[in-house]
Amino acid sequence: MPLSSRHLLGLQGVPKEDIQLILDTATTFREVLERPVKKVPTLQGKTIVNLFYENSTRTRISFELAQKRLSADTVNFSVSTSSVSKGETFKDTIRNIEAMKVDMVVVRHAAAGTPLYLTKLCDANIINAGDGIHEHPTQALLDIYSIHEKLGRLAGLKVCIVGDVAHSRVALSNIFGLKTMGAEVSVCGPSTMIPRQIEELGVKVYYNIDEAIQANDVLNVLRIQLERKAREYFPSLREYSNYFGITEERLEKNGKDVLILHPGPINRGVEISSGVADGNRQIILQQVTNGVAVRMAVLYLLGTMN
Amino acid sequence: MKIVLRNLKLVHPLQNFDDEMKDILIVDGVIEKIGSLTKQETDNAKELDFTGKVAAPGFFDMHVHLREPGREDEETVVTGCDASAAGGFTGIACMPNTEPAIDSAEVIELIKKKAKGHLVDVYPIAAATVNRKGEVISPMAELHEAGAVGFSDDGAPIKTASIVKRALEYSKMYNLPIIEHCEEETLAGGAMNESINSTLLGLTPIPSVAEDLIVMRDIMLAEYTGRKVHIAHISTKNAVELVRQAKHKGLNVTAEVTPHHFTLTDDSLKTYDTNYKMNPPLRTRADVDAILEGLKDGTIDCIASDHAPHSIEEKEAEFEYAPNGIIGLETQIGIAMTELYHKKILPFQIIVEKFAINPRKILNLMVPLFQKGEKANLTILDPDEIWTVDISKFRSKSINSPFDKRLLTGKSVAVVNNRKMFYKNEMMEI
Repeated sequence: MPLSSRHLLGLQGVPKEDIQLILDTATTFREVLERPVKKVPTLQGKTIVNLFYENSTRTRISFELAQKRLSADTVNFSVSTSSVSKGETFKDTIRNIEAMKVDMVVVRHAAAGTPLYLTKLCDANIINAGDGIHEHPTQALLDIYSIHEKLGRLAGLKVCIVGDVAHSRVALSNIFGLKTMGAEVSVCGPSTMIPRQIEELGVKVYYNIDEAIQANDVLNVLRIQLERKAREYFPSLREYSNYFGITEERLEKNGKDVLILHPGPINRGVEISSGVADGNRQIILQQVTNGVAVRMAVLYLLGTMN
Repeated sequence: MKIVLRNLKLVHPLQNFDDEMKDILIVDGVIEKIGSLTKQETDNAKELDFTGKVAAPGFFDMHVHLREPGREDEETVVTGCDASAAGGFTGIACMPNTEPAIDSAEVIELIKKKAKGHLVDVYPIAAATVNRKGEVISPMAELHEAGAVGFSDDGAPIKTASIVKRALEYSKMYNLPIIEHCEEETLAGGAMNESINSTLLGLTPIPSVAEDLIVMRDIMLAEYTGRKVHIAHISTKNAVELVRQAKHKGLNVTAEVTPHHFTLTDDSLKTYDTNYKMNPPLRTRADVDAILEGLKDGTIDCIASDHAPHSIEEKEAEFEYAPNGIIGLETQIGIAMTELYHKKILPFQIIVEKFAINPRKILNLMVPLFQKGEKANLTILDPDEIWTVDISKFRSKSINSPFDKRLLTGKSVAVVNNRKMFYKNEMMEI
């Protein structure tokens, strides 16, 4: 059974069957990654462009590794967004890339909605690798995969997304994906970082991190984007880490064996203490490994559809 | 030259006409007679039959961006006037955010020169501050003398309360309105209305309170100075309520709304189509409902397009990077008729008031009358014509409209002004 869409633009509206299929396929590829020869010929002859309009070493490397392990031909196309008003338009760039006969495009862009726009400009399968503060579906899929791998289930699990929810593409994709898979999703962060009307998505809101820890099985701790405007939304890093930072003391105090995820890169001592980041409750590096498997699954399922 | 317009129903909010069909005899652009005409009177006259159509005083759009000087690739004075005539308008007021801005008599002269001889009358609205920077008030005396009918920094609000106060006080000498683009700039700068949709789409939000704050600021300054403030493109529920209260208090505050703000909501943005990107942004259903209520009870005085042409290259971009604004001259009568008249929000007479009477009153312009000796300045409409918007047929130089392919009921079929008539896609000397 194939996926219901030939693109992966986000997890909003993606049916449970599709997510399940991606997770199941990822399990197969996860085994491949443990072999001495970590390569399968599945996408031989397919050409994939990694179109990165925004810097992201990790996501790009993860996609690139996934593509290489599926034997696809890959090209990296990195563009600085600083000169949007000058030079070639986005549309012309895409037309040029399409003229080179590519099969799939993995796109990272600072402007929300750009992956959807891409589907109108070219025939390739489009995979969203993060668009502005909108969605980052493969990150959410690898988070969901990792939670399932560790805890053995998703339905009924209580998952809290902690941090700057308002400016996070990871948060939105997690909310949609986790809810579709039957988890109970909540968010926790300073109220300036929680979008208005978020409850309309069926999400509970916590402003007290201790309550969030007590009430949940999983915390997905978002990175505080130190380089972004996000810092204007709270008074100081000190105040943030004192009131929302995940520390060993805080976890001990609440006496709860909660699973900790983080999409990386981590800011030690800000949203997560070193003790927690290196401790036995977190699965941060498993997430990275699973990321390759999940992206292999997405690339494989989309790349072999047509 | 003589022309007879046969079998028209006349609707003029300032005059009383019965429902009987009438003929209008126009000689050299001036109304010679209204009623039934003798054979002698119509000798050698060109005759056009308009059975089933309605004549109203020429419609006037008080919020148009002509882009000349500066961006003639998007619109010029002449193409903007052509679009106005095709859309059913005989007069427009153009906004000062050109390059250079309309902040000197020279730019006003240039626009007047370009518009000379056209069917459509063009009335420039001058910048309220030099180069629209919000620092020093513009040379209002000179601008008034050159022909400015109002002052605005449209595209942006007048930056500070102290400059608004000064502009209101100084423009008092000429009784011209200050027209405000209401947007508190420290709260603005996003890509769409703040709502659950902005969260779902990941687009940077503009809270509605950004508009409300400036509406409130300017209403209070209008009260304090005893002067005229006109709120451009009103879009929020609270702003409508603020204007309503100001009117109850007897303040000289007026407001306009665009057809898109009484028709569309931010639900339309789900496709990230940049033709739904404008400022103020499309709001929520509650805001649209409040605007319809404001149109009904007279809180909102007029309808204006905020016709904002943009090149295809600029609009064909990532949503967040695309410029704000859509064109509207050639669709707004159809949308108003469809959404307001046929949906029984407003009677036809009130629609005429909001398009032809109130904008002229706000700008202190004469309202054309239907009587002997008056210059013939009229819009002829077919309230029931069903048509489909087709951007490829626009007279405007730009095509950035979200209404392409929309089915509308009600259309302008002809306009007459300045001894010219635009009818069946043709400009005629009459």
